[in-house]
Amino acid sequence: MAKIIVVTSGKGGVGKTTTSASISTGLARRGFKTVVIDFDVGLRNLDLIMNCERRVVYDFVNVIQGEASLNQALIKDKRVETLYILPASQTREKEALTQEGVERVLNELAETFDYIVCDSPAGIEHGAQMALYYADEAIVVTNPEVSSVRDSDRILGILQSKSRRSEMGLDPVKEHLLLTRYNPDRVDRGEMLSVGDVEEILAIPLLGVIPESQIVLNASNQGMPVILENDSDAGQAYEDAVGRLLGEEREHRFLTAAKKGFFSRMFKG
Amino acid sequence: MSFFDYFKSKKKSTASVAKERLQIIVAHERGMRDQPDYLPQLQQELIAVIRKYVQIDDDMVQVELDRNEDCSVLELNVTLPEHQP
Ligand SMILES: Nc1ncnc2c1ncn2[C@@H]1O[C@H](COP(=O)(O)OP(=O)(O)OP(=O)(O)O)[C@@H](O)[C@H]1O
Ligand SMILES: [Mg+2]
Repeated sequence: MAKIIVVTSGKGGVGKTTTSASISTGLARRGFKTVVIDFDVGLRNLDLIMNCERRVVYDFVNVIQGEASLNQALIKDKRVETLYILPASQTREKEALTQEGVERVLNELAETFDYIVCDSPAGIEHGAQMALYYADEAIVVTNPEVSSVRDSDRILGILQSKSRRSEMGLDPVKEHLLLTRYNPDRVDRGEMLSVGDVEEILAIPLLGVIPESQIVLNASNQGMPVILENDSDAGQAYEDAVGRLLGEEREHRFLTAAKKGFFSRMFKG
Repeated sequence: MSFFDYFKSKKKSTASVAKERLQIIVAHERGMRDQPDYLPQLQQELIAVIRKYVQIDDDMVQVELDRNEDCSVLELNVTLPEHQP
């Protein structure tokens, strides 16, 4: 049985696409047959992060509307053997994603894939609701910042009331908190919510903490999912998150500020 | 560290202010989630009625529905201004 994982947040620009690219790459790198779907119809971006923007011929909406087969639309990743990308349409409206259409495509994918990762658009409207509706698990991407945390809580409410699992009275969608763009220095200075603060407010299990890192921009510039940057902090943090998603115990890393000299510690503030 | 920084550091950190504000708003919004759709309108109309007699702000009226197994309680909280002529 394929597992459907939605990467969602409510608030825009918090790192959903970055996360979808890395989590799907990480799952595929372990041998799971994985597809990552861009639900951001009209604002396609996953193709750029995955470095396949020039190979897009057909898209998700074409498949839903019967203008192309899944095989025609799926793009095979060039780096990881078992990874496929289903790009979003750049020209249609979000309403082109009908519930029946999405269900049909997911069912067909579920026949051959182990993991289906859905990259949600921002917001809580139709597009975001379609991305999360069929999910078995949800990665709620959150930045340590007030509006992001509040929006994450709203998305949790929608997962609990407007997903297929909730409407059909099945086991609830399994929720995971992924805190991204974390800056331990600022947390130490009392300028940023800590992991503990966000965990306490949202009260869902912590999948991982991705540090704020310049590597992320460098990687996206080149169309490289940051998880493939094996030596980087952000890449390793994503790899840890993939491990935890698969049920492995991994200690959280990159939570503390780089050690400072005696004087800067004395006179911090 | 300057003389003034010493006093500044006694102030609450912005992160703890953020946390407190979030705890309040998130608890409030969670409470609203399970409320019926007609509550906001009911609240607006109640405010209008009360305003005929007392000058109050929008946020001085709170309406909540507590649903239990066999009965529901509609709770209406009105804060009146301190000095009324
Ligand atoms: N850990 C990080 N460190 C530094 N920058 C990051 C990190 N994660 C994401 N970013 C940057 O944040 C920006 C937004 O990321 P991304 O596109 O993944 O967000 P999104 O949630 O998908 O946005 P949208 O809501 O528009 O779809 C990008 O410029 C990305 O490089
Ligand atoms: Mg995105």
